[in-house]
Amino acid sequence: MQRKRKLGRGVAVVGAGMSQFGMFKDKNSKDLFAEAFNEMLSSVDKGVDPEDIEALYLGNFTNDFFIHQAHWGPIISDLIGHTPKPATRTEGACASSALALREGVFAIASGFYDMVLVGGVEEMSKLPVEKVTEGLALATVPYEMEAGFTFPGVFGAIATAYFERYGATREHLMNVTIKSHNNAPLNPKAQFKVSIRDIMNSRIKRAKDKGEAVPAWRDEKEFLRDPVVNPVVAWPMHLYDCCPISDGASCMLLVAEEIAENFTDDPLHVIGIGQGSGRGLHAADDITYFEATRYAAKEAYELSGLKPEDIQIAEVHDCFSMAEIIHPEDLGFFKPGEGYKAVEEGLTALDGSKPINTSGGLKCKGHPVGATGIAQLYEIWRQLRGEAGERQVPIKDLRVGAAHNLGGTGGTCTFTILERR
Amino acid sequence: MEARPFSDITYRQFLNEEKLMGSKCRKCGALFLPPRPICIKCHGTQMEWAEMKGKGKLVAFTCIAVGPPSMIEEGYDRKHPYVSGVVELEEGTAIDARIEEVDGNNPESIEIGMPLAVKFLHRGEGENLRTYLGFRPS
Repeated sequence: MQRKRKLGRGVAVVGAGMSQFGMFKDKNSKDLFAEAFNEMLSSVDKGVDPEDIEALYLGNFTNDFFIHQAHWGPIISDLIGHTPKPATRTEGACASSALALREGVFAIASGFYDMVLVGGVEEMSKLPVEKVTEGLALATVPYEMEAGFTFPGVFGAIATAYFERYGATREHLMNVTIKSHNNAPLNPKAQFKVSIRDIMNSRIKRAKDKGEAVPAWRDEKEFLRDPVVNPVVAWPMHLYDCCPISDGASCMLLVAEEIAENFTDDPLHVIGIGQGSGRGLHAADDITYFEATRYAAKEAYELSGLKPEDIQIAEVHDCFSMAEIIHPEDLGFFKPGEGYKAVEEGLTALDGSKPINTSGGLKCKGHPVGATGIAQLYEIWRQLRGEAGERQVPIKDLRVGAAHNLGGTGGTCTFTILERR
Repeated sequence: MEARPFSDITYRQFLNEEKLMGSKCRKCGALFLPPRPICIKCHGTQMEWAEMKGKGKLVAFTCIAVGPPSMIEEGYDRKHPYVSGVVELEEGTAIDARIEEVDGNNPESIEIGMPLAVKFLHRGEGENLRTYLGFRPS
């Protein structure tokens, strides 16, 4: 019998920062982390002395492959003047920094530290797309790689099985893409700050200006159906179903709940954390959901005492449009087979009853894989504190938000719930 | 059958020999493909070899236009996508595989549930022989 889990003591978030996300020729991992770190420092309402940070947990998937440099804990520790205090790298593929946060929470909850910095960084854009695809595919299970699977391919295969079972179509995936692109222009840090309609209109204008044949798209879906602008990557995943290649960094300052008031009158409390592991497509009981996400969610709900309906906003790991349909089902927001209907009905839009990926998601905000987990929580931090600017959700008494992060073929999944009191 | 370890290395050696081999738990009878040394149903560690007939049906697939360098070397590219899928075997277990002899440019022609038979894809020769698992419509 498993006993009910609890944290040894409460943990609060008192600062958060994130770099611009994008493809940068002139910025490296250190530059990006410095950007996130500096914003984090200035976000602490009553200020913080960086000398008081006792340990660093840093998520990074595979800068080893992307830029041929490993061992990022001490490099970032040195960057922020943290040496000789400890720095630990966490790796969970695209969920690497959610693991950093989790380790940071445990370190404080155990009573060992009072203040830790958790963060993530990834620098992916220095390689050509085929090499990046190969680098990311290091996180598949071996049998998937041998069968030629890439990550767009994994989610493409999941989509064909989901379509067959539940009657969804490629048109439903487009609803996800259009929604993400509607949110992103409201996020100044996003990689693609442009709606599908604006992309479409600018292409039409360009064709007219150049005296070329003017495309006949009448709406966003006609644009997305056009194989010239939206080619197949891994059927049924097309270019606009896939998140981009990105560089970026993110971080959060965690402290023991009992000292949070020294830093802010408005901390967020880490009330739920969950993590699961999974075993890849071929060995899954069913490939239309991720067992590891369901496990992580169950853990986080049990710890927090909350239910799926209590989560008011969420960031979920939309590495591909298909992913944003199945994760909300796994998290209990919608029943299995109904995630695509929820998107179609607008429930997950910025002004919907369950806003999802208000940041623009991985699709538009960008997905520097090791930075993503904490960047998702950065969005929750902004939203819960009412600091999300133009994309602030219009929910009265906004109190509880959560982030779901996924690595590999559901090999590592996390769910983290934050509360503003 | 043979006293080879229930490992990925052995699994690949068998593929080279055109055999699709899984492991079966002697304690609870659970079947695993690729073979596992430890039963994930009952944690038993006594396994025996089980040869698959190599017949099954397609449960999921994707037509990959942007592949890794290894597939590009085989001649696949954005105009010539290859197909990867998950195949459920008659024995009840499932496996990832290349799906051959289907048209990656015409995904509508590929049907979930279609019957498939194993096709061993040999690459290289002699000591460099490496066999990948494929299936084709049957």
